[in-house]
Amino acid sequence: MTPPANMIRFRATKMLDTSQGRQPLDISFELEKGRLLTLYGPSGAGKTTILRILSGLTDIDAGRIEVDGQLWCDTRQNINVPARRRSIGLVFQDFALFPHLTVRQNLEFALQKGDDKKWVDELIALMELGALQNSRPATLSGGQQQRVALARAIARRPTLLLLDEPLSALDDDMRFRLQDYILKAHQHYRLTTILVSHYLPEIFRLSDEVISLDKGRIIKKGSPATVFLQEKTSGKFRVMGEIVAIIPSDIVFIVSVLSTNNIVKVIATSEEIATLRIGDKVMLASKAFNPVIIKIE
Amino acid sequence: MIDLQPLWLSLRLSFVTTILLFIGALPLAWWLAYSRWRGKLIMEAFVSLPMVLPPSVLGFYLLLAFSPSHGLGKFLAQHFDIRLVFTFPGLVIASILYSLPFMVNPLLAGFRSIPPELKEASHTLGKSNTTTLLKILLPNMRPSLLTGIVLSFAHTIGEFGVVLMIGGNIPGHTRVASLAIYDEMESMNYANANRYALILFTFSFIILLAVYGINQRFNKANTLP
Repeated sequence: MTPPANMIRFRATKMLDTSQGRQPLDISFELEKGRLLTLYGPSGAGKTTILRILSGLTDIDAGRIEVDGQLWCDTRQNINVPARRRSIGLVFQDFALFPHLTVRQNLEFALQKGDDKKWVDELIALMELGALQNSRPATLSGGQQQRVALARAIARRPTLLLLDEPLSALDDDMRFRLQDYILKAHQHYRLTTILVSHYLPEIFRLSDEVISLDKGRIIKKGSPATVFLQEKTSGKFRVMGEIVAIIPSDIVFIVSVLSTNNIVKVIATSEEIATLRIGDKVMLASKAFNPVIIKIE
Repeated sequence: MIDLQPLWLSLRLSFVTTILLFIGALPLAWWLAYSRWRGKLIMEAFVSLPMVLPPSVLGFYLLLAFSPSHGLGKFLAQHFDIRLVFTFPGLVIASILYSLPFMVNPLLAGFRSIPPELKEASHTLGKSNTTTLLKILLPNMRPSLLTGIVLSFAHTIGEFGVVLMIGGNIPGHTRVASLAIYDEMESMNYANANRYALILFTFSFIILLAVYGINQRFNKANTLP
């Protein structure tokens, strides 16, 4: 018995021209079949480039990429399978829907020879696009376009689904609903999925694994909990957030912290606020009480 | 009344030139738009040369090239019995070269106006370059196609120097409308010269008006919110 083969074996180096100057990308990772991996990191870390390299849209300087037992790229053997022969579904950051085609035509364009058109019907039903199927992309909202892009990427029946920050342009409510669609697609078709995101709640909700990148290198990898929750779990309550307002009130200050949809108001003394500015990333922690869990849904 | 033959000849020349030019310029513009070869700048400059060169320069070198006494002209005459100087096929080849930038540049601008993700998306959906060109790129650059076709057509109608040098102004064979005007004027038939001129003037104006009108409507219909 051989151990279950990893779906993706990826090793690549490339010089990148970023806004911070030239910087090498040097990444290697493996991923098991059916898993959902998130690439996390600041802009310019190389997240999108990794997706483009996997898709065959960006060439590498050196390395080897193997997906599902097929060799897609090996610079030593001079092998580089073109994008159209790689079984991938890529959702672009701005969706890249074909403006001259209707929603249905966009999906039908993705069909391969011999595919049944019923497959498009199934996708339209799964992504709840029935009412929109004869509309052009320009008339759709951001969330609707995202669903079309997701459906189109799956229409090719890829072995690998790649999502480049597909939710970044959406408001929180829409974002949450679309995460459901991504999960649905991922689970329904058992697609091995790589998602680019820098939104923590989303990462915790969707991913099995996270790779945290900075300046073209992997800093950390593992489950979302091992990557983001540095310290050992304790009974103490703590959340991360961003300061959105500091307002003086009598002799103290009220600091408003935005944390995953909620604004938490905290009282702080003038010494405490001395180092705080609006926009600072902060951690809210309690010292003396234990949080309770209340089911809301 | 004026002889209508020069007008028909002009139309025929423009028609044939535009069709052949479109077929040849499309792959060339595609290559100029997407090739990563650095030397393509030289090619771009060559394509645009006819816009700045005096037609007589192009005419002179084409005459040399087509001349049956040496080079390409000799080869064609000896092996295929084809003569290009003072003939209609010669005019077509000269017109294709002379109108090349008027077809290639709009097409090139069209390709460059399309977000690169559309082409990449098509490739990631498993489609070849040809399918991508026909089904994704061309439908999204219709104004550029129209502009290239119409400008080439109108520009070929308006040729003078090159057709005079290559065609030799032979009635019924190579005397196109623009040459007929010159002829009538030389023979002091100002009324006839005016008739030819007015027809060309009106024709060109209507064509350009139509192109701008259609493009404006297309752009309004296709702007993303």
